[in-house]
Amino acid sequence: MSTLAIDKGGPTRKIKYRSMSRDRTWALRWSYFFLVLFAIFSLIPPIYMLITSLKSSAEISAATNPWWVFHPTLANYVELLTSNQFLRFFWNSAIVSIVVVFVTMLISIPAAFALARMKFWGSTTLATGVFLTYLIPDSLLFIPLFKMLAVLQDLTGITLLNRWYVLLFIYPTLTVPFCTWIMIGYFASIPKELDEAALIDGASWLQTLTRIFIPVALPGLIAATIFAFTVSWAQFLYPLVFTTSIDQLVLPVGITTTLIKGDVFNWGQIMTGALLGAAPPLIIYAFLMDYYIAGLTAGATKG
Amino acid sequence: MAFFLTLPLILLIALFVLYPAFYSMHLATLNKSMQKFVGLGNFTFLFKRDTFWMVVRQSCIFAITAVFFKALMGFIVAHFVHNLPAKGQRKWRGMLLVPWVIPPAMSTLAWLWLFDPSYSAFNYTLSFFGVGPIPWLGDTFWARFSVILVNVWYGAPFFMIMYLAALKSVPDQLYEAAAIDGANWWQRIWYVTLPMMRNIIAITTLFSLIVTFANFDIVRILTSGGPLDSTHLFATWAFQVGIQSSDIPLGACVSLFMVPILAVAAIFILRDVNKRGNEA
Repeated sequence: MSTLAIDKGGPTRKIKYRSMSRDRTWALRWSYFFLVLFAIFSLIPPIYMLITSLKSSAEISAATNPWWVFHPTLANYVELLTSNQFLRFFWNSAIVSIVVVFVTMLISIPAAFALARMKFWGSTTLATGVFLTYLIPDSLLFIPLFKMLAVLQDLTGITLLNRWYVLLFIYPTLTVPFCTWIMIGYFASIPKELDEAALIDGASWLQTLTRIFIPVALPGLIAATIFAFTVSWAQFLYPLVFTTSIDQLVLPVGITTTLIKGDVFNWGQIMTGALLGAAPPLIIYAFLMDYYIAGLTAGATKG
Repeated sequence: MAFFLTLPLILLIALFVLYPAFYSMHLATLNKSMQKFVGLGNFTFLFKRDTFWMVVRQSCIFAITAVFFKALMGFIVAHFVHNLPAKGQRKWRGMLLVPWVIPPAMSTLAWLWLFDPSYSAFNYTLSFFGVGPIPWLGDTFWARFSVILVNVWYGAPFFMIMYLAALKSVPDQLYEAAAIDGANWWQRIWYVTLPMMRNIIAITTLFSLIVTFANFDIVRILTSGGPLDSTHLFATWAFQVGIQSSDIPLGACVSLFMVPILAVAAIFILRDVNKRGNEA
């Protein structure tokens, strides 16, 4: 009883207590206000792509209000989706990205399994090396790779430059290190008891991998797959350097080089192409956002 | 056994990453026709060119300014999203991450169109406020401003997501304790949030520094290095010199200049990532 009384008389300095809930309401209002501003900033380019893609060339050159479509038309979409050239770009991009995803998984899953569970000579060095490789940007290696391919082409007589299939060998250098790195983390978080139990039941390492590790680490696997796909789909520098003929181009390079003819910009078509090119990653993101974010944040963590 | 499982990985890294890296150093010591060894001739040639020093300066300005604003914007936005009730957060996070999802080559085309000299939608809007047409990509200052703006637009969502994840891991008790001690919002950020997030801020910033410093897509599409080479970064200039003007050794030499800065950032990242690994 007495302590309570002392506590009540305790604080001598005057603290102005404001209503907690009123503070929170105002904080919330300000948050919404600024978030709307930031959302507008974030969404202006994609929305502007959509607006322009629905305009005819006549409407664009008439310079009416750029933020509004007065005579919406799907002509740009029809034209691009029936053009063999554009479909060729799309096809090249799709085949390269899908094959690269498979190659990436075939290389990084066994490697991550070995690095997470088997201790062998140099295993920690290799894991660090994988991480460092992930930090090497594409713009550091494109010139020596270009020269390397040219030399190799002269030596073997196999055409390597200006062929889309060389991208299948080059892209994994960008995807494999990151996928291996995050798969090591996911595999290492699986309790040892699980694979010990499998071992006691007489499972081989292949069975342990396919029956235990892959199912348990499936969320990580999906995140890695999404990463590999979006990186290959968005890659711009390597295809720009290694391929030049129109039938060998992938989508990002195809749109930037062929739709811009000299100084004539057909903006309606360029924006349609850009939007269609952005569509696959956006669709994947819309459905698998949580995996996407998991993959994004996993890169900076270890184990 | 374990060695065979990692063999494809080792081969891939050795053939397409390590070998080209050393090959690049060899290339940088050859003359333009690649028949004569010139030692450090390419390097001394670069040191004498004004364009090279401009590229060095512009790369540093570009990377530091862009990373700073990305980090700042990401931090602010992450706080606002964190303030929202848990139910609505997903929707906002989804919207704010869109710039990161669109392939940069595609979104930069949209920016190029927004910056168009005669049909710029920005200038159209600004004209209502009496602000004269801005030469977004035609003038040195504005072109530098524009490439940084686009890079910030593209990269800020990454920071936002990383910070949001970090914010969620700060225990609520710390904020309650701070509130009981009478800390205002600024003191709560300075004494609670920032120390708790220090590691993730460091890692994210260094990551972004590497990617921004080595940026190619945005500058290539937006300005191709112009006007008067004033927006060139190492990557775009190396492309112009090495591929377009087919002086491969000089191009290799230009891109090698990225190595020291990337190496320093990589060492710090590795240290921080290992520290994080040990804490967990």
